[in-house]
Amino acid sequence: MYSKDTIDFGTPAKPGAATVAVDIDGVAVNVPAGTSVMRAAMEAGIAVPKLCATDSLDAFGSCRLCVVEIEGKRGCPASCTTIVEPGMKVHTQTPKLAQLRRGVMELYISDHPLDCLTCAANGNCELQNMAGAVGLREVRYGEGANHLDAPTDTSNPYFSFDASKCIVCSRCVRACDEVQGTFALTVLGRGFDSKISAGGKPFMDSDCVSCGACVQACPTATLMEKSVIQLGQPDRSVVTTCAYCGVGCSFRAEMKGSQVVRMVPNKDGHANEGHSCVKGRFAWGYATHPDRIKHPMIRASIHDPWREVSWDEAVTYAASEFRRIQAKYGRGAVGGITSSRCTNEETYLVQKLVRAAFGNNNVDTCARVCHSPTGYGLKTTLGESAGTQDFESVEHADVVIVMGANPTDAHPVFASRLKQRLIAGAKLIVIDPRKTDLVSSPHIRAAHHLQLRPGTNVAMINSLAHVIVTENRVDEAYVAARCEPADFARWREFVALPKNSPEAMEAVTGVPAATARAAARLYATAGNGAIYYGLGVTEHSQGSTTVMGIANLAMATGNIGRTGVGVNPLRGQNNVQGSCDMGSFPHEFPGYRHVSDDATRQLFEKAWGVALDNEPGLRIPNMFDASLDASFRGMYVQGEDIAHSDPNTHHVEAALSALECLVVHDIFLNETAKYAHVFLPGASFLEKDGTFTNAERRISRVRKVMPPLAGKADWEGTVALAAALGYQMDYKHPSEIMDEIARLTPTFHGVSYAKLDELGSIQWPCNDAAPTGTPIMHEQAFVRGKGRFMVTEYVATDEKVGPRFPLLLTTGRILTQYNVGAQTRRTDNVAWHSEDTLEIHPHDAETRGIVHGDRVALRSRVGETTLHARVTERVAPGVVYTTFHHPESGANVVTTDNSDWATNCPEYKVTAVEVAKVMSVAAWQAKFDEFHREQMRHLPARPASSPKGGR
Amino acid sequence: MDAGKLIKMANDIGRFFAAPAAAGPARDQALFGIADHIKRFWDPRMRSAILAALDAGHAQALDEPVAAALLAHRTLLTPVAKA
Repeated sequence: MYSKDTIDFGTPAKPGAATVAVDIDGVAVNVPAGTSVMRAAMEAGIAVPKLCATDSLDAFGSCRLCVVEIEGKRGCPASCTTIVEPGMKVHTQTPKLAQLRRGVMELYISDHPLDCLTCAANGNCELQNMAGAVGLREVRYGEGANHLDAPTDTSNPYFSFDASKCIVCSRCVRACDEVQGTFALTVLGRGFDSKISAGGKPFMDSDCVSCGACVQACPTATLMEKSVIQLGQPDRSVVTTCAYCGVGCSFRAEMKGSQVVRMVPNKDGHANEGHSCVKGRFAWGYATHPDRIKHPMIRASIHDPWREVSWDEAVTYAASEFRRIQAKYGRGAVGGITSSRCTNEETYLVQKLVRAAFGNNNVDTCARVCHSPTGYGLKTTLGESAGTQDFESVEHADVVIVMGANPTDAHPVFASRLKQRLIAGAKLIVIDPRKTDLVSSPHIRAAHHLQLRPGTNVAMINSLAHVIVTENRVDEAYVAARCEPADFARWREFVALPKNSPEAMEAVTGVPAATARAAARLYATAGNGAIYYGLGVTEHSQGSTTVMGIANLAMATGNIGRTGVGVNPLRGQNNVQGSCDMGSFPHEFPGYRHVSDDATRQLFEKAWGVALDNEPGLRIPNMFDASLDASFRGMYVQGEDIAHSDPNTHHVEAALSALECLVVHDIFLNETAKYAHVFLPGASFLEKDGTFTNAERRISRVRKVMPPLAGKADWEGTVALAAALGYQMDYKHPSEIMDEIARLTPTFHGVSYAKLDELGSIQWPCNDAAPTGTPIMHEQAFVRGKGRFMVTEYVATDEKVGPRFPLLLTTGRILTQYNVGAQTRRTDNVAWHSEDTLEIHPHDAETRGIVHGDRVALRSRVGETTLHARVTERVAPGVVYTTFHHPESGANVVTTDNSDWATNCPEYKVTAVEVAKVMSVAAWQAKFDEFHREQMRHLPARPASSPKGGR
Repeated sequence: MDAGKLIKMANDIGRFFAAPAAAGPARDQALFGIADHIKRFWDPRMRSAILAALDAGHAQALDEPVAAALLAHRTLLTPVAKA
């Protein structure tokens, strides 16, 4: 896919200073050694015709269109594969070259449909442009063998493959290999019979993951977005940031008026460098789905029909209810939840509303149920609640530990970077109960897969640390210079205890001691060691302990403070990092400063003009408990679906049902909104300005490309609610909110929209000490000064298997769906994942008489649901696995509210269960279905009916 | 607040802080760690509830270091009454 908005230099940039001087068509240019003649020409402002070359891929040299003449050299070499030499004199435009190029183009065009006027790429086609560039005026070759009748594969819901337009330049194949790393495409046949193929299958039946890299690389209309085929070429574009996972990819929203035509990954995007995944690239149609609620609504009871009202009436009603509840039950009887899907500015305003207008600290965010242990663990050991690296850092790692994370599914664009590094030779250690794709996939094989039992992370980390300490593999100089000596000594003594050895822990973890020892040695000795982890680390009763254990390992081996190493939490949602940074936790103001800190509190009191509470507020699970004991009665929830995502659904439903005023501010009537009394219609990321902060602390702009469908961006809705509560927030634009954040938050002092526009993105801390941001943290010293080793005693979870519940359930995500699925279920991504299933090992299935596709009951001590079984060896015997993307699946009916000791992050990853074949759905599912139907009836007349989950 | 749940949460906290500290100054440090964590992360009504549970004779449900921490640092943990 050619884009008029970006310059294509033809071959990738080479690192280093511009040291090679060449002359191209009389223009002198200096470029780094290793640069191609094609790129050097482009740097000099001279475009050499090309078809098989593009600067996201290594040079290939097949199309022969980019030939040049070089003084002193014979023939006409391809400029894409020819490297500059000092003093080289290049001619890109000569009569001989013109004749050669016309001949090449003539051959291409002789086997290409001449339907330019009706082609979807018309006006935006490299082949068309090159025909013009070389001055092709006739095609001498008449009828003959050709590919004009080649079929079109339309199996993929988002793009088509029209083989009749294919010039077999291999850009798509190379993009799949070199950018995505999936190796799904190939060239079948030889010579005239050569054709691009997804392994001989339709795209939907192949290994293709629909990342869009091939579509982006295609220079013709062969691989084309169906949205472009339907809508035509865009006429403008706006750079913005994806609203899916914590990678935070930069995209150009290509528009016709206020209609998105396509989302194209931004080549200049620092997080993704032009790559994308199926969600960000294609699954944006939810933004204009008929299920969008576009008017505020209120009702007295959750069993009443909704009544559409004005914004003013809605916020006035909500405010009066909150004030009534506070008068009756006390100031602490209401609270709010900020959204990790909303912008920094919006989360900042919600926590400000709670603290300043509600007058308490009962504010929390979904990080409570995902990465709150990261905040606690990294703050305790390193001094800052964030990852240490930028994504680019992985390209310099020699050995990578991926623990409790499945980046090919949950953080696919980062996974592509990681895979390229692994293909280039870095070693991989996977610590995960499941055989994720990284364990073994084309050209990738983990050196060690530590397939531990769910719930034994701390035992595993301790055994790795035991090997490092007892085999004298500690980086003594690093530790002596940078860490607290007494804490280190205590930790060293602890992990060296025989009880922490891999041999002793083998019975706990299930990981052979020899494998654990080999993995520890590899991490400690292979060079740059980087650790990437996910919710498989944090969502445990010892989540915070494991995070501290990971930091211990990295400090002990000297693997923090430079490129290629580090401790890297892979954040789940797009703005989890940002929502935490913005003071969404009940004990912390923005910038992770405790509410009891007088100086900080006075700073905010002065800025906000109100007295602030110095006591921590309720966390989300505490809010549920307090609701059930009648000390908490009102809640404002922005952009989260706690009824779906939080554990022990029966408990959550009871707590939400007990509330007297639940205000949900969202784009859809999600599961939580079914318990609401006020619905404030939200705005998607396409409808507002703001910023997101990704997993590498990178702040990126979100830019409005269409007006809010409900009339207000979310920050405007919060401002209106605050005003109704009697607290004025005077902002004309989100940039003013960021200015306030920057004034009040030391790590954001240097951040502004103007600087974001100038730099593209900024990694905090950004202040006088680091005016353009901080890609790598803790370089000279840890943020807390000296790194602090923490003793991490293994404590077995209460979720233990036994006769009643002999299996362990662990939960996760898949590539095509996102979190609770409210967005992705309303896109064609359901073509890949239309329901959640239960993975069960063949042995466990056989002993229960279960075969693939059977409906099975999944029971724990707190609840029961049913799913269809997927019999697979991805899970070990004794372990079952499911996802939670569809509400009717009820995965969280089964999970318990057992939680991390430090943060109350739920233990989603370990639930003792039993599985049995059944013929009908569970009682909860029948009740869910009935309640769903009732709630749909309560909605005003709508343009389209909404089946469960919006499908 | 559900006293049983709060007691479990407090015991979980205790198992982290008290694990390496059986006696001596380290024990004092561990007890303070337990109390300080509860002070820094628990809403006042939760702290009041667990102190009430302690007073109501639920100390046997609390692990020994946790009960000791609550007793030793009662003043720290007791919410200040507000208007």
